Amino acid sequence: MRLVIPLAITFVTGMIMVLHFFVPHQPIKLLGDNLQDWFMIVTAASIFLGALNLMHVHFRKIKLKLKNWKYSPVTLTGFMVMFIAGLIYGVTEAKPFDFMFMNMVAPMGSTMFSLLAFFVASAAFRAFRASNWRATLLLTSAFIVMLGQVPIGAMIWDKIPLAKVWLMTFPNTAGQRAVMIGAAMGVVSTSLRMIFGIERSYLGGTD
Amino acid sequence: MASILKKLGNTDRRIIFILIALSVILPIIFKITFPNPVGAEPSRDMFEYIDAMPSGSDVLMSFDYGPSTMPELQPMAIAIATHLLRKDINVVCMALWPEGASLAQEVMSGVADSLGRTQYEDWCNLGYKTGAGIMIVRLGSSMKAVFPADRDNLPWEEIPMLAQISDLTSFDLVITLSAGDPGVPAWVMMAGDRFGVPVGGGCTAVSAPQFYTYLQTGQMVGLLGGLKGAADYETLVGIKDGTAIEGMAPQSVAHLVIMLFIVIGNVAYFSEKKKGGRR
Repeated sequence: MRLVIPLAITFVTGMIMVLHFFVPHQPIKLLGDNLQDWFMIVTAASIFLGALNLMHVHFRKIKLKLKNWKYSPVTLTGFMVMFIAGLIYGVTEAKPFDFMFMNMVAPMGSTMFSLLAFFVASAAFRAFRASNWRATLLLTSAFIVMLGQVPIGAMIWDKIPLAKVWLMTFPNTAGQRAVMIGAAMGVVSTSLRMIFGIERSYLGGTD
Repeated sequence: MASILKKLGNTDRRIIFILIALSVILPIIFKITFPNPVGAEPSRDMFEYIDAMPSGSDVLMSFDYGPSTMPELQPMAIAIATHLLRKDINVVCMALWPEGASLAQEVMSGVADSLGRTQYEDWCNLGYKTGAGIMIVRLGSSMKAVFPADRDNLPWEEIPMLAQISDLTSFDLVITLSAGDPGVPAWVMMAGDRFGVPVGGGCTAVSAPQFYTYLQTGQMVGLLGGLKGAADYETLVGIKDGTAIEGMAPQSVAHLVIMLFIVIGNVAYFSEKKKGGRR
């Protein structure tokens, strides 16, 4: 029963959602809409699980004094301060939560992302080599796109932005589309395997 | 000469970091600006589509990003919101990312105040809901079922501008500002392909190549890619002191510095290869 019940639930819910796409009428519509609502409730509940897990991981780290445990109190304090501020004052404008979000979380997040530029520069310097014709083609395309993506490209030669748009619209699109269609077919086949009980790894087994 | 090239090839990463930092900081300090001509880019398509929309249209704007990608996406949001509100288009905001709801409030209240527009009459912020793609499908059958109240807990029935909104098809356009997943693909697949609502949007420069496929097929009406896309839109809307336009000079210099390092790295590599070194 431990295997049959989850497989039956997967099959029934999967088939309802497939039917919901092709038959947007009652009673399938009602069933599909309800399942979508349940999905949103379950994903919302998973946020609480994530928060509890965060607390558990960091309290354990502090307790056992694991590697870099000194950062854990900072994480927990930040989490608790934001959580309590949101709970007491709400998340509306000009409240403590909003103030901390806009003046602490936002600048720190932007700072972390901006570090990417430094690592990209360093990695490009060490690894971007025109070692064969394919790498040279990639390097040339990258230069055109990098110049076309900033105004200085048009200042150097007004055809560079046009070349960038052409590269993005044709060669890039051809490659991207192949990847997207391949990934989509993978999603469809995996979904069908799950609905029909062939793929069972999501149940926690090894099959 | 060979020893100089070898030294250049082994440049310490800290020197690279310092030069990149200077390439960004100096143009900001000296307020260097470059003209930003907008050619036949997808950002122009986006602008022209919105510009052709009649006053009183309804647009759903989804803030699907967080603080980390704010420098690229927030200027886009400000420029698009300015364009929409100037044209008296009703803007309903929501977010597929939790942080997006706060960023939406920041953008909309700032732009609306500067243009004298009123919350709940010209714009509103429904906030964040979990569920990503599934949630978008649910919006296709009922908006109110997903958002019974807005971000500030004001019930749906008490928001005057939502009286004419029932589901996704009530909107004339969906705009997604996306920094990853969930974002553009979810909106294109669910809102665009399934419910037939036109979709446009903006994304980080790094994810823009992926979405050019949607432009060619007409699944998106336009796309703003990275800070350049935001600067294009600011130029088209006529925002003179926009942060994206200001950011074009540092980005231009930083790109040139990165390219210079790639060239130096290759020259050093070929010099070493010629001598029979690493391959």
